[in-house]
Amino acid sequence: MTPNLYEAIQAERGKYPAGSESAVLPALRLAQAEHGWLSPDVIREVADALDETPAYVKSIASFYDQFHLAPIGEHLVEVCTNVSCAVVGAQQVVEAFENGLGCRAGETSADGKVTLRAVECLGGCGWATIVAVDHHYRTHVEADDVPAIVEELRGT
Amino acid sequence: MAPEIVLKDATTKLTEYEATGGYGALAKARAMTPAEVTEELITSELRGRGGAFFPAGRKWSFVPSKEQLPKPHYLVVNADESEPGSFKDNEILSRVPHRFIEGCLITAHAIDCDKVFVYIRGEYSGPYEILVGALEELKDRPEIRGNVTIVVHRGAGAYICGEETALLESLEGKRGQPRSKPPFPAISGLYASPTVVNNVETITTVPPVIAMGGAEYAKLGVPNTRGTRVVSISGNVVNGGNYEIEAGTSLREIIYDLGGGIAGGRELKAVVPGGSSTVILTKDEIDVGYDFDSLGQLRTAMGSAGIVVLDDRCCIVQLGIRFSEFYEHESCGKCTPCREGTRWLTAILRKLDDGRATQGDLDLLLDVCDRINGKCLCPLGDSDAIIVASYVAKFRDEFQAHIDQGGCPLDGHSSLDHVLAPVQMHAHSPAAHGPEVRA
Repeated sequence: MTPNLYEAIQAERGKYPAGSESAVLPALRLAQAEHGWLSPDVIREVADALDETPAYVKSIASFYDQFHLAPIGEHLVEVCTNVSCAVVGAQQVVEAFENGLGCRAGETSADGKVTLRAVECLGGCGWATIVAVDHHYRTHVEADDVPAIVEELRGT
Repeated sequence: MAPEIVLKDATTKLTEYEATGGYGALAKARAMTPAEVTEELITSELRGRGGAFFPAGRKWSFVPSKEQLPKPHYLVVNADESEPGSFKDNEILSRVPHRFIEGCLITAHAIDCDKVFVYIRGEYSGPYEILVGALEELKDRPEIRGNVTIVVHRGAGAYICGEETALLESLEGKRGQPRSKPPFPAISGLYASPTVVNNVETITTVPPVIAMGGAEYAKLGVPNTRGTRVVSISGNVVNGGNYEIEAGTSLREIIYDLGGGIAGGRELKAVVPGGSSTVILTKDEIDVGYDFDSLGQLRTAMGSAGIVVLDDRCCIVQLGIRFSEFYEHESCGKCTPCREGTRWLTAILRKLDDGRATQGDLDLLLDVCDRINGKCLCPLGDSDAIIVASYVAKFRDEFQAHIDQGGCPLDGHSSLDHVLAPVQMHAHSPAAHGPEVRA
């Protein structure tokens, strides 16, 4: 683990009462931001930094949807397909991404650039369809908007 | 239409907020005793905006004094908004972050606490950054912060963490699985200490309540639902978005005047009135006041105020599938009726949609609902059972048509046809492998 990441994790621990395990989520978030995903090695390092067992830390990482226990692409595209988005065309948006990226939802494009996922309600229902690109929301996305987004992500 | 109270004078900047009287209510509250502040809230009749609708002032009054129980007190704000159809807290945090912070500081004073945790859902990067920016502005303003520390704690993608005890577990660094109650959080919550858990909108309503006085606030709205509500409108409407309304405003007015009516000149079919977990209303049931008692008479609720408008292209069986897939995905797995029941509901509904269902499947569907409802630790499984049963009750002809015609009468033209739900991407999903559920 880099000294910077270790220090950042210790800073998170300082926000919570001594002896609590509250810093597990912030620590996993920091580690994932640095490594892209949570490999067994990274889980072990996070556990060491928190004085926890790797098994405990993995039990937390596996519970939450935003933690990746397998490698993902350089960019993450998440399309909300819950009802409010679905009734205005979210499925067509998913399919446009699948066509543009040449991979199915849940997979990463062959060039390793983009991972595509369908996700549960992102909390932007009135501005549907919501697509989170690298965790920032694009609103009112329609299937016709997708080729430009794919182009943008491939170019960076 | 009521004047805006929660969303008025929107700004993310401290100087602008102060210029419109911002943090004035905090000064007023600090000149009062904690008991007086709580009394003002009780007078206002403000009830929790997260969905459970518990009287906010009474919740605060349950916290024992430090003489009675010598432990630190905590305020935990539930910003884990994840109910399909609700996005009001997203807007509140993004547009009036300082009013929200002021509410946190007033509440901290009322319950005698110096540590506030804001549990914000991990997906809300935008509101998180705005909130952190607003807190940053208070770094050099100790007279505003007082002795209170506010920690913003990010979730990591789990609807169940909106349930208050699951939230506390998650905040303690555990898997987000609900606790059995009692003890209630007011006595033994975060780190086994007295804890108040309030929703973002509730907290953001506190400064205006203190500023105008509880009695004045209680003049707005209707009996049992005082004040305003920020409602989220989505689905097949012209103008989706968040609107602050006076409680008791007619649902028809909300959909047609604020939401601009049904998009594309289509016909209204049904309305989900308060987020995915609430009993559905047919197009003939929308002349109803948007308040606790009026919706209660129709056996539904305001919930988290997520109004999902559905036009005539929506297949109600598929609506049940998509919401059941959601609950199946988000079930924490702790209780068997929820963990197994939600996936059975999905599977039976899918059988109806695929045209493989027989008459007995409809009975089986309702039987499974009955075996979930009231038998779980928290409301997640119950919600799925209640809404699916309400779809059958109110759209029975449509369910029957799926059996009689061997599939969806809309024949591929439903707005929810073949929607990919996240649960289908998981290996354990019946949809991924296709084993047939046998009635």
